[in-house]
Amino acid sequence: MLKKRIIPVQLLIGNRLVKTVEFGDYRDVGNPVSSSKVYSDQDADELVFLNINREERDCDELVRLIQRVSEVCFMPLAVGGGISSFESAATLIRQGADKVVLNSAAYRNKELITQIGERFGRQAVMISIDARWSAESGDYKLFSDCGRTLEEVGLEEHIGNVVEAGAGEILITSIDQEGSMRGYDVRLIKRAVECTNIPVIAHGGAGNFEHMKEAFLTSGANAVACASLFNFGDNNPIRAKAFLTNYGLDFKTS
Amino acid sequence: MIAILDYGFGNVKSVWNALDALGEDPYLAAEGKELDQATHLIIPGVGSYDVAMAELQARDLFEPVACYVRSGRPLLGICLGMQLLGDYGEEGKGARGLGLIPGQILSFPDSSGLDVPHAGWNTARLRSGHPVFSGLPEHSDFYFVHSYRFVCAEPEHVWGTTDYGEDFCSVVGSQNVLGVQFHPEKSQKKGLRLLENFCEWDGKC
Repeated sequence: MLKKRIIPVQLLIGNRLVKTVEFGDYRDVGNPVSSSKVYSDQDADELVFLNINREERDCDELVRLIQRVSEVCFMPLAVGGGISSFESAATLIRQGADKVVLNSAAYRNKELITQIGERFGRQAVMISIDARWSAESGDYKLFSDCGRTLEEVGLEEHIGNVVEAGAGEILITSIDQEGSMRGYDVRLIKRAVECTNIPVIAHGGAGNFEHMKEAFLTSGANAVACASLFNFGDNNPIRAKAFLTNYGLDFKTS
Repeated sequence: MIAILDYGFGNVKSVWNALDALGEDPYLAAEGKELDQATHLIIPGVGSYDVAMAELQARDLFEPVACYVRSGRPLLGICLGMQLLGDYGEEGKGARGLGLIPGQILSFPDSSGLDVPHAGWNTARLRSGHPVFSGLPEHSDFYFVHSYRFVCAEPEHVWGTTDYGEDFCSVVGSQNVLGVQFHPEKSQKKGLRLLENFCEWDGKC
């Protein structure tokens, strides 16, 4: 049966790798091609690249990156950030990406999800959803444009919409927890898992392997994604798997 | 010289990159006569069966591929490229395959309740003795993306199986022809090892 996955997320501004806290306050943490090679050697199951440059949302930079990464990493690669047309998605896939990640476009142009899914298969469409808890409304609010634009649609309704349009996978990020290393928002992830059959990737807040275990066992995620945990310190996917296999979770072996 | 069949239906670049990283010197073959100089042939493929077969026909690649196989040189089909080796695929409008390995390409049964496509890392249990499996453990994990699977007519052609609700055939082989349902070019070390073994294979089994 399918394996659980550990997915390093790499945030990009220009051709540099950065790490944010709550979607702001970023630090430069290196060169994405070199780090991808290291993650591949450390037995990561997949890599996700997100362009978070708020000024420049041009896909050319992503195309150049995916060309270089696919020359050294022989594993599934997902890439997104600013993709708003079928042509951009198709170019990225032809240049070596296996999946494209849509976020803002998933609210505004569901037809794009359908188009990409029909041409490349639904597994090629990963929908990224950024959510923040609103104490005032007592519910999660969704945001597009790198956390800047409040969307009116609710979490379950949005997931239902994108799945119906042909999405293959959900990457759910807690803006509150992102970069905090305090743990995933297990309640948020559980809600995403419970309203769909497609795989859900937990993202935002992983600070140790215990947090990953919680995301898998308590919230039912198919995969965990993280950045800070691997960017800072000497943790890596090999060690994460060594820990998690003790709890009955099954990963690919290298 | 390793030829990658370029018929408009593959992640040709990913396969090319993997072979390049192994120190091979691959080339893209878009026309039948370009297979003459090939020592090895890879048929990649991502897409729909009927459309891919129509494309192979439109490019007059049927006979050159059959002729290549008769010469005894090794052929590797990857994903859709593996499925094309069979007799018939029901995907889309349905289409006749290359007929190199007896079998039909059918969808996963609805009753399984499993998500289709089968996309992700899964284990192939490899039958021992094939030169292309050299150095690979009996249980090896690879990356899969597919909605249909090869139902082999002859058990002897099943070289690997994978569990996705039911055991399905994930590797088929007959003499100098081998097909893998998974993507070795996306399966890190084990995938590269399989490709490297293929590049060294003389087609005898």
